Amino acid sequence: MDIEVKMTVNGKAVSGKVEARTLLVQFIREHLRLTGTHVGCDTTQCGCCVVHVDGVAMKSCTMLAVQAEGKAITTIEGLAAPDGTLHPMQQAFRDHHGLQCGFCTPGMVMMGVDIANRLPGADEKTVRHQLEGNICRCTGYQGIVEAIMDASAVMNAARS
Amino acid sequence: MHNFNYHRAADVADASGKLTSLDDPKILAGGMTLLPTLKNRLAAPSDLIDLAGIADLKGISVEGNEVVVRAMTPHAVVAASAEVQKALPALAQLAGNIGDPAVRHRGTIGGSVANSDPAADYPAGCVGLDATIVTNKRKIAADDFFLGLFETALEEGEVITSVRFKIPDRAHYMKFRHPASGYAVVGVMVAQYGSKVRVAVTGAGPCVFRVSEMEAALEKSFAPASIANIKVSAEQLMGDIHCSAEYRAHLISVYARRAVEAMV
Amino acid sequence: MGEFAIGQPVTRFEDPRLLRGGGRYVDDLAIPGMLYGQVLRSPHAHAKIKSIDISKAKAAPGVAAVLVNEDWANSGFGDLPRAEGKKKRDGSPMYRPHFPALAKDKVRYVGDPVAFVVADTVAQAQDAVELIEVDYEILPNVTSVALGSQPGAPLLWDDCENNICFVHLEGNKDKTDEAFAKADHIIKKRFVITRVTAATMETRGSIGHYDQAADRYTIYTTLQRALNFREELAETLNIPESRLRVVAGDIGGSFGMKSGVFNEVGLVLLGSKVTGRPVKWVCTRSESFIADAHGRDNVSDAELALDENGMFMGLRVHNLVNMGAYTQPGTDAGAYSNLGTLAGVYLTPAIHVDVTAVYTNTNIMRPFRGNGRPEAAFVIERLVDLAADELGIDPAEIRRRNMIPPEKMPFQTGLSFNLDCGEFEKVLDQSLEMVDYKGFEGRRAEARKRGKLRGIGMSYTIEKAAAPGYEGAEVRFDRTGSVTLISGAVTHGQGHETVFKQIVSDTLGIHPDEIHYLQGDTDQVFFGEGTGGSRTASLGGSAVKVATGKVVDKAKKIAAHMLGVDEVDFSEGVFTARETNRTLSMKDVARAAMSPKNMPQGMELGLNATAAYNTTRQNYPNGCHIVELEIDEDTGQVEMDRYVVVDDVGTVLNPLLLKGQIIGGISQGVGQMLMEQIRFDPQDGQNLTGSFMDYAMPHAELFPHIDIKSHPVPTKTNILGTKGAGEAGCVGALPAVANALVDALSHLGVTHVDMPATPERLWRIMQEAKAGRA
Repeated sequence: MDIEVKMTVNGKAVSGKVEARTLLVQFIREHLRLTGTHVGCDTTQCGCCVVHVDGVAMKSCTMLAVQAEGKAITTIEGLAAPDGTLHPMQQAFRDHHGLQCGFCTPGMVMMGVDIANRLPGADEKTVRHQLEGNICRCTGYQGIVEAIMDASAVMNAARS
Repeated sequence: MHNFNYHRAADVADASGKLTSLDDPKILAGGMTLLPTLKNRLAAPSDLIDLAGIADLKGISVEGNEVVVRAMTPHAVVAASAEVQKALPALAQLAGNIGDPAVRHRGTIGGSVANSDPAADYPAGCVGLDATIVTNKRKIAADDFFLGLFETALEEGEVITSVRFKIPDRAHYMKFRHPASGYAVVGVMVAQYGSKVRVAVTGAGPCVFRVSEMEAALEKSFAPASIANIKVSAEQLMGDIHCSAEYRAHLISVYARRAVEAMV
Repeated sequence: MGEFAIGQPVTRFEDPRLLRGGGRYVDDLAIPGMLYGQVLRSPHAHAKIKSIDISKAKAAPGVAAVLVNEDWANSGFGDLPRAEGKKKRDGSPMYRPHFPALAKDKVRYVGDPVAFVVADTVAQAQDAVELIEVDYEILPNVTSVALGSQPGAPLLWDDCENNICFVHLEGNKDKTDEAFAKADHIIKKRFVITRVTAATMETRGSIGHYDQAADRYTIYTTLQRALNFREELAETLNIPESRLRVVAGDIGGSFGMKSGVFNEVGLVLLGSKVTGRPVKWVCTRSESFIADAHGRDNVSDAELALDENGMFMGLRVHNLVNMGAYTQPGTDAGAYSNLGTLAGVYLTPAIHVDVTAVYTNTNIMRPFRGNGRPEAAFVIERLVDLAADELGIDPAEIRRRNMIPPEKMPFQTGLSFNLDCGEFEKVLDQSLEMVDYKGFEGRRAEARKRGKLRGIGMSYTIEKAAAPGYEGAEVRFDRTGSVTLISGAVTHGQGHETVFKQIVSDTLGIHPDEIHYLQGDTDQVFFGEGTGGSRTASLGGSAVKVATGKVVDKAKKIAAHMLGVDEVDFSEGVFTARETNRTLSMKDVARAAMSPKNMPQGMELGLNATAAYNTTRQNYPNGCHIVELEIDEDTGQVEMDRYVVVDDVGTVLNPLLLKGQIIGGISQGVGQMLMEQIRFDPQDGQNLTGSFMDYAMPHAELFPHIDIKSHPVPTKTNILGTKGAGEAGCVGALPAVANALVDALSHLGVTHVDMPATPERLWRIMQEAKAGRA
């Protein structure tokens, strides 16, 4: 029996009919065709699927679409400015070569924004620790950690 | 994942009623353990009853000598709570090291406690901090709540509504993370209440347990040296390809000692 | 054009797209009418299939087809690609088992595909897979390579004696035996190189689409060598290559693993042929552990002969290498194609290697970040440290003494490498300086006070890159003077697009924003071998360079014709007539080349060029890694504190991307040394590491900041002077970390630590060493 769900995704009201077992990530990827959010595991460990739900990072592979009823979701597609300018976190990932194959990247960037929001000015050790739920196989993390620290400073400056 | 019926519980009574009347239902709290289990087809409940819409299951308060955490409060909220950090920093520290940031944003204390996962952190927090598990029907001492591997004292139709932690004089939690899963291989909560001491261990056995020999030694003299030579038998402990029972037993001694070192 | 010039740290042109969620990985592709496939896999390591009942599955909701071996056999498709060319010890050909996409009669590893269900949705296909009933008769199994070739081991193939796939010999046995007879010291050790998996963040996946009207197949898949893949797959399908299109979008990591034609590639095509609709299969993470090809897994018995001064006289190595249950082209190469690394950067005159490749009840093997290089590097660099310890010589000093000096180049090592260049001692000295080697004992003493055992370890490794082969490139100008750049290589994260655009931009003076890069579609790419073996910068880059050179040559003639002069100069995208100072831009010429009136007599229209670049000589990237780490005496936990690398990968095309390659490689080497391992139950052959819950992946917290410097010694083996960089990081990391661990424990008499050096393993080593000393 399909269930009607309604939520806001990247600022737009969306709705759809889903099975109860449909995961949020499936709704985002398959119903909305926003394929930037990826699935890299089935045990809630890799973080490729991280999106923001009401402003905080969550793993969209471990959440039912029906659980997102009425929530505001931001995916990687909704991060850049309306004019296309990259978000400081996206820009920093590019500047620091924080991505190679690009598959873990959307989740890393969304987690990076979440870390910068929660822990402005976090040091290298803290950032590394905060990435305990995101796996990258290509970069060895150095560029990612540098990017998050750099963008965090930029975001901090913009806030104050 | 097999399909199921999905219900949003209006209140705890509604959840409890559905839990009793439906075929093979399960409560859906944060879903951090349940959903991966379903995704891998290791369980196939007929119905999921979502507690997320019940407002009075969320929140934290300090009431007298207790920190009260309502069942649907996410770990991140406990970790970031100024009240918890002030009254019971060991609990904030424990909650702040469960899983990862995204998991902490969704995973709840009620879900963790009700599941009695042998490698979860909260059971050590509950037993170590002499907590009371409050349900829609009764109050259960943490010592009597965790019965075994994924087994608790919860009865049919019973829903956890809050967990009440007794504020200790001092406490500390230390955890050795599993290299792959990030769960606790060994997590030790040491708490001191006047002349009484509690040492609760998660991760190592099929269920959280207390180490009475360490408690007695620390009650005599609260110092790392008091427990330096106390070993826990590996016989009842779990072993896997990463950490044998013998190694876990050793880690209990090391982490208990380090927790005490951090407290004195 | 300085900003994008070769050698500049240009940020990647592919990034904005990937950072906006605009990647196009295979699972992102949806074709109207598409169905979904799921594989029923063997739950047993070795069993006879007595019967399969698919009736319930066929009747399940949404199911379009349920395929078993018979369907594969009846389809006209043949074996999946099979390895060939090697020989057994008696000179007879290697054992080459048949390799259907679905098991016939017998299953040979946990995960061996048995049936394929095609349904309207993934969930329906999964539901139906559970309804297939297979009656198995369980057979004894062997998963360990050390036990696989022992007499009496269970046989995978009845007619394959002792499970031996092939034997490979290299070097000079007589000379080596002679050296050992004269030696003052012989260091002997057995090294177990564990089995690991690539664990690419994007799992494998394929969409098969058979167009019945055109009788043509299209496969959208995860790969790193599109044209070779098409050749191998066409052979399997028994069709000409022209009736097969292979398309790869973005590839979410491969590291060698996605280089082959896996069973599921055949299955989605068969599923599409049977149902008349496109069929998608995407591996789940947990499935990937039993479905992917694995890497490494060998046992090395190695001996190093030395004279009284610590000079290496000879090296003797016997390897047993796990092949898994089947072999494909390239799955066997890790056993023999990179043994040259064993010779190291040393003068060792006599070397002999004896390799036996063994079938076992395990997943097939594939190259993984180094493909035999890290394995060999581990053996030689551990042996060198063992020798240093035995003879009481400092590890840096014993390496220095034995290093090949630049004045001996070119140098033929005792194995296959004929080195053209390298300044090993300079690289070593820079590394020692970077890590403050002299200050180490002070840091060790300070750590001791904190209850930490600090160790330092180094490796100096060399490998081959860009083995003799070829690569294609094409530069096409369109009517507006912008460019389409096509390569036969397939990036799976390395940043080919960026480096190739740098070369084009640098040579032609076209802004990178006006260049469109295209790869991975066999209907569009004319030529090439693909990516692998650290070859693309050298071969793919050189091909782009040659193609742009051809464009310049032609454009100069057109420009001269248009300007009415005999010859023009070309610099930074501008053609200048010497006599008149009149100029034309590359874009002017490209546009003009579309019109016959502008062309010199007899010249073809258009400004396009293709190039097929080939080399006959490989190159030899090399470098020094030094690691400092601390072991917690109570728990065995390891914390890395310093990691420095000085590499020589020849001419550096883009230092930003180079650094990324080296650090990424290091993370995989460190992962294998400290935590990763695919493990099988020795009794029932089950894979015990079947998800990220049990297979330990390195996280950000594991690593210190890694410091990297380059010491380029350009090679003359290709026109760019580059040496391969893709695998170097991983090659150096394994032995460097191992040597640091051993050094940290050396005061306890510890001389070796096996991988993975988990906290428990280190704790046990410390317990045993202390008990032994008490």
